[in-house]
Amino acid sequence: MATLAQRSPEVEAEEVNYLNVEHGWKSWLLTTDHKRIAVLYIISITLMFFVGGLMAVLFRINLLVPEGLFSAETYNRLFSMHGIIMVFFFLVPSIPATLANFLIPIMVGAKDLAFPRINLLSWYLYIAGALLAIYAVVRGGVDTGWTFYAPFSTTYSNSYVLAAAFGVFTAGFSSILTGLNFIVTVHKMRAPGMTWSRLPLFVWSNYATGLIQVLGTPVLAITLLLLAFERIAHVGIFDPNIGGDPILFQHLFWFYSHPAVYIMILPGMGVISEIVSCFSRKRIFGYNFVAFSSMAIAVLSFVVWGHHMFITGESMYTGLAFSILSFMVAVPSAIKVFNWTATMYKGSVSFDTPMLYAFGFIGLFTIGGLTGLHLATLGTDIATHGTYFVVAHFHYVMVGGMVMAFMGGMHFWWPKITGRMYPEAWSKFAALIVFIGFNLTFFPQFILGYLGMPRRYHAYPPEFQALNVLSSAGASILGIGYVIPMVYFIWSLKNGPRAGKNPWGAAGLEWQIQSPPTTFNFDETPVVTEEAYNYGPLEEIVG
Amino acid sequence: MDAATLGMWTFLITEVLFFGGMFASYAVYRNMYLDAFASTSQYMNVVLGGTNTAVLICSSLTMVLAVRAAQLSNRRHLILFLILTMIFGVAFLVIKGFEYHAKWVEGLVPGLHWSGYTEHPEFAYHAQILFFLYFCMTGMHALHMVVGIGLLTFLLVQAYRRVFNANYFAPVEMIGLYWHFVDIVWIFLFPLLYLIGHRR
Repeated sequence: MATLAQRSPEVEAEEVNYLNVEHGWKSWLLTTDHKRIAVLYIISITLMFFVGGLMAVLFRINLLVPEGLFSAETYNRLFSMHGIIMVFFFLVPSIPATLANFLIPIMVGAKDLAFPRINLLSWYLYIAGALLAIYAVVRGGVDTGWTFYAPFSTTYSNSYVLAAAFGVFTAGFSSILTGLNFIVTVHKMRAPGMTWSRLPLFVWSNYATGLIQVLGTPVLAITLLLLAFERIAHVGIFDPNIGGDPILFQHLFWFYSHPAVYIMILPGMGVISEIVSCFSRKRIFGYNFVAFSSMAIAVLSFVVWGHHMFITGESMYTGLAFSILSFMVAVPSAIKVFNWTATMYKGSVSFDTPMLYAFGFIGLFTIGGLTGLHLATLGTDIATHGTYFVVAHFHYVMVGGMVMAFMGGMHFWWPKITGRMYPEAWSKFAALIVFIGFNLTFFPQFILGYLGMPRRYHAYPPEFQALNVLSSAGASILGIGYVIPMVYFIWSLKNGPRAGKNPWGAAGLEWQIQSPPTTFNFDETPVVTEEAYNYGPLEEIVG
Repeated sequence: MDAATLGMWTFLITEVLFFGGMFASYAVYRNMYLDAFASTSQYMNVVLGGTNTAVLICSSLTMVLAVRAAQLSNRRHLILFLILTMIFGVAFLVIKGFEYHAKWVEGLVPGLHWSGYTEHPEFAYHAQILFFLYFCMTGMHALHMVVGIGLLTFLLVQAYRRVFNANYFAPVEMIGLYWHFVDIVWIFLFPLLYLIGHRR
């Protein structure tokens, strides 16, 4: 397989960059440099990812036998904490707080984000929220599911609901501030000549994500507060005994949590646009369509929340409306997939590790997205709601999609962030392990769901055991696939070959500055005269 | 529009969505329990609520005059109007405190002390929801007022130290925007919580 990675022999001694310009814990904990904050986030969310992953390991072990190895209560706490940590402390911040934090100022030609100190504040809020969540884990977790449905969460659960809820509440403000920062940065800090239509699609995606973060997350905040008041003081807002409505909780919760899944996937789509373009040596096909599809997803994401509630008492007409709108929101995502494919057509495609993850994303996200249509269809949803079909669907889009995009992006921009290259053979091997492990874990779950196995149950009928064992086996392989990059990434920090400015020969402002960048990114403000992805013939590109 | 202004407006939009969750809950329950909600107005102190409305409107006037003073490098007036705005803000909170205390004494605090809803016992359950929303919405609003007064204190100290002039007054403007927003939230709260059902 052809690869593009070029080592830069001229770079020997280490130049001054954002990593070595200052030392000491204060220079890190009080930094306002968006690149350092991105690194702080990378470390934090990776730790939370492994905590959430540990939960998954434990409950997949439980599911090896039909009667379950742990008690139902324990099982409930494991999957709930897995969901809470993975959604709120890994997926929602992931690409925005790490890669976008690092890259957006550089991609627009600025020295930093619009509000650097608010950027640092967002990290501290994330840490505070994460500590609350870890406290909840250590004290035994919550058993309400990541969805915190009333009245179980408000009245009957004996677990650490408030700690978890306040952890999520705090992390939510971290998310809001990140989104706010990106919106203002993209509007106000673009370099001369950097018009909206010259922006990399990664910027468009994260801008759209920021819009969702800013509009949706506050509703989650108030929902969690109402939950807390109900739980603490039994005020009655969700209590059917006095006329309160638990379904109101669901509406309020999903009004945020549906757009949240687009917060989670849009940045990944932005990464894929960058990777596919670079490793096809071709400009993205249909730039305008891809850019506007991000905006369309952001808008439509707010009007589909009811598809999570088809069988919880919505009227048939409400269900119909949400079903049609959910079909519509699939269209912009499909437009992106078609445009990435068209980009590769007659391009000069190479198979470096980032591109392997991009291929994985395109295939697996498509499967996840198509199965979402099964769930958006009223009739089939009745059979599959609350089953493993749903679990498989969202893991295909979130793990097969988003996590693969995150891994692809980390590999693509690792030389820029650290100035080092990772070992290519190991990275390809790990990508393959992830792909195999992922499909072995989650494809059987589509079948299980279709056959009727409910989700969130610690035990199941014996005829489902074979598929469950396959799934757990796959999970162990998937876990290995995630551990290997941790090892070689850390190894590469000291031992990897040094990377030059542009090891991939990619287009984009970030590839025109040194690796790692200096604190203020550019020596002089760049003036932009070309469209994005201006790929010429291969011989012209110098590493 | 400069970056700071866009940032503050974006933040205010998040606040609209935040309060919006409570307004949505109010809309849902009022639609479900129209008569019960209407019956709660007689327990609301329209005099105190109306006074508070006037207090906040005056505070917005003094706030915008403070911004104007900063724009004109008028330090004396800036300090004067900031202090007046803070006095109005504190007055609002004091009056609110009297209202809350009265509700507590009358046993109209859902979850904590709910026994005073005696006029229409058939509405007691549903009225409890309205009273919770009353405390939640005005409480969140009061919390935002406290934060606002804190921000004004910060501005006052900076103004005293001669930080603001015609070339630099952005923080005054931004906090002014925040203050006006908190005022507008109250303008929506007052009729929805105090004035429903009084025509009956």
